[in-house]
Amino acid sequence: MISLAGRDILHSWGKFVFTGFGLGLLIGVTLVMAGVYRGMVDDGKVLLDNSGADLWVVQKDTLGPYAESSSINDDLYRSILALPGVTHASNVTYLTMQVRMDERDVRSMVVGIVPGESWGAPGWPPYLVAGRQITRGHYEAVADVATGFKLGDILTIRRNRYTVVGLTRRMVSSSGDPMVFIPLKDAQEAQFLKDNDAIWQSRRRTEVNPAFNRPGVPGLLDAINASQASSNSVNAVLVRIAPSAVPDEVAESIRRWKRMTVYTRAQMEEILIGKLIATSSKQIGMFLVILAIVSAAIVAFIIYTLTMDKIREIAVLKLIGTRNRTIAAMIMQQALALGVIGFAVGKITATYAAPLFPKYVLLMPQDSIVGFFAVLVICALASVIAIRMALKVDPAEAIGG
Amino acid sequence: MSGKGIRINGLRKRYGEGDTAVDALKSVDMQVAPGEVVGLVGPSGSGKSTLLKCLGAVIAPTAGEMVLGDEVIYDDGWRVRDLRALRRDKIGFVFQAPYLIPFLDVTDNVALLPMLAGVPNGEARKHALDLLTALDVQHRARAVPSQLSGGEQQRVAIARGLVNRPPVILADEPTAPLDSERAMAVIRILNEMAQEYETAIIVVTHDEKIIPTFKRVYHIRDGVTHEEAGEGKGFE
Ligand SMILES: Nc1ncnc2c1ncn2[C@@H]1O[C@H](COP(=O)(O)OP(=O)(O)OP(=O)(O)O)[C@@H](O)[C@H]1O
Ligand SMILES: [Mg+2]
Repeated sequence: MISLAGRDILHSWGKFVFTGFGLGLLIGVTLVMAGVYRGMVDDGKVLLDNSGADLWVVQKDTLGPYAESSSINDDLYRSILALPGVTHASNVTYLTMQVRMDERDVRSMVVGIVPGESWGAPGWPPYLVAGRQITRGHYEAVADVATGFKLGDILTIRRNRYTVVGLTRRMVSSSGDPMVFIPLKDAQEAQFLKDNDAIWQSRRRTEVNPAFNRPGVPGLLDAINASQASSNSVNAVLVRIAPSAVPDEVAESIRRWKRMTVYTRAQMEEILIGKLIATSSKQIGMFLVILAIVSAAIVAFIIYTLTMDKIREIAVLKLIGTRNRTIAAMIMQQALALGVIGFAVGKITATYAAPLFPKYVLLMPQDSIVGFFAVLVICALASVIAIRMALKVDPAEAIGG
Repeated sequence: MSGKGIRINGLRKRYGEGDTAVDALKSVDMQVAPGEVVGLVGPSGSGKSTLLKCLGAVIAPTAGEMVLGDEVIYDDGWRVRDLRALRRDKIGFVFQAPYLIPFLDVTDNVALLPMLAGVPNGEARKHALDLLTALDVQHRARAVPSQLSGGEQQRVAIARGLVNRPPVILADEPTAPLDSERAMAVIRILNEMAQEYETAIIVVTHDEKIIPTFKRVYHIRDGVTHEEAGEGKGFE
């Protein structure tokens, strides 16, 4: 027996290739959508991996520092460091903002880290692709290559200017913004410092307060003003524990003794993926459902039209004794062939289009495999209408009147 | 291969029910011997196509008897279970329009029938080519139907009707799209094939030029048949 579907496809290959191409673009969009979701999850995981932390100590009862804002005292890390099982404890600040360079600005996550700490302290960029780490206490920056900044570039963050001394790679926030690392003191200032007018006003208020401005106590007013102007808050303390220590136990002792909220790696992942990007993933899920329905409708329509065009031939095939099974198989095979062409085009499109997207698009092989079978199932289902119509065709139609 | 050709007794066909019922066939009696080609003529709406559809096991008659070869296929109800296999193995169809499958080449259009019956591709194609040679279209064997002339297409359609060596061939206005020369050629082929393969052939036609070629002609009017001796003067 010959393949009727195959012969028909070869005969009208133009029609198949063109519709397969259109379907393929749709499938390509679907694969990219899935890749966007995977990219978001991966950004979250990379953020946690690259932070090099085992525990995150944040303001009590917050989901900080990534999902909610969190503010804790910057000398807390000392007492955490003293707890058993803790090997590193580093202050860190996170602030998403526009970082300017000359005329252009880049949306980035500015990370404050303590310079001069031992190499590889939690919160630090774990590797550089160019330049060096931050060594001075002020006005140096390490930027992710995705910002587009180069070594020696001068960046403006709030009122200060920073020189890019190092470049790193794949350091992104959970929403995919590239990171810019600056010294902690500068970052605290950028995040918590009031503007000049506000400082001025609060000084004036302090001056007129007789309790602070006492003639007999020199230096008191200055000390109070200095304490008001400087910031001593950070967003989180990143903790690394000894290999032998159990994360949950160390976390529990920090919770008990310091009355802070502490998250382990697993809990942090749950916050990032389960909460922070949950809405986005539902959004993408909705898109995937819509795209699947649209693809199904297109395949159904095309197969239906192709079958309509062949009604006469189908009547003849039936008249000369072709089994219904053979005719149904012919239509279904054509739908599947369309799906295979579409998937191939879609996969190629997605592969070449993914790097062009501004945020990370991660195409996972398993998504492609699932997608492939989903396409086949959709095509098979979509051919049902055409098959039902073909089976209803009366062989008497071939004889005519 | 076919003992007694075609025999039809008291065949009736009613379309619809009640007030709108149409008695397309009221009383049809026919007999066609193996190797014989008979004409079936009648005015429009007289029931010619209906008769072919009943005989071709495409629609069910209302009452009567039909015998193909030595098998009673209908006797106030179908007597064969698999009508599709009956059509495939026992009946060849040739239509007014050739209705070839546009995506198969000429050889496979003809070979499809034996293939459907489970004959291996190579054997089916060889058989098809033999027939195409007999019908003088073997030089177009690899072409698709749209590349053939009307007469060539009709010959391919005849080859398809003959390929399973059916005891019966039903032809509905097979010469309508052809000029008289080609129409005569088609009738000649049908006669040759009837002789060679012992096939009983019924040809429905309006064509004044080919009616005289039949030895016997059945006239049908308002669903009733009358047999008449034809002129049977052959072709040349
Ligand atoms: N499916 C049907 N339902 C109801 N009536 C039908 C149907 N098919 C045919 N008829 C009627 O049965 C009668 C015979 O029709 P048939 O098609 O057999 O005529 P015919 O001899 O082939 O005519 P023509 O030469 O015009 O093709 C006509 O009156 C027609 O209207
Ligand atoms: Mg008719």
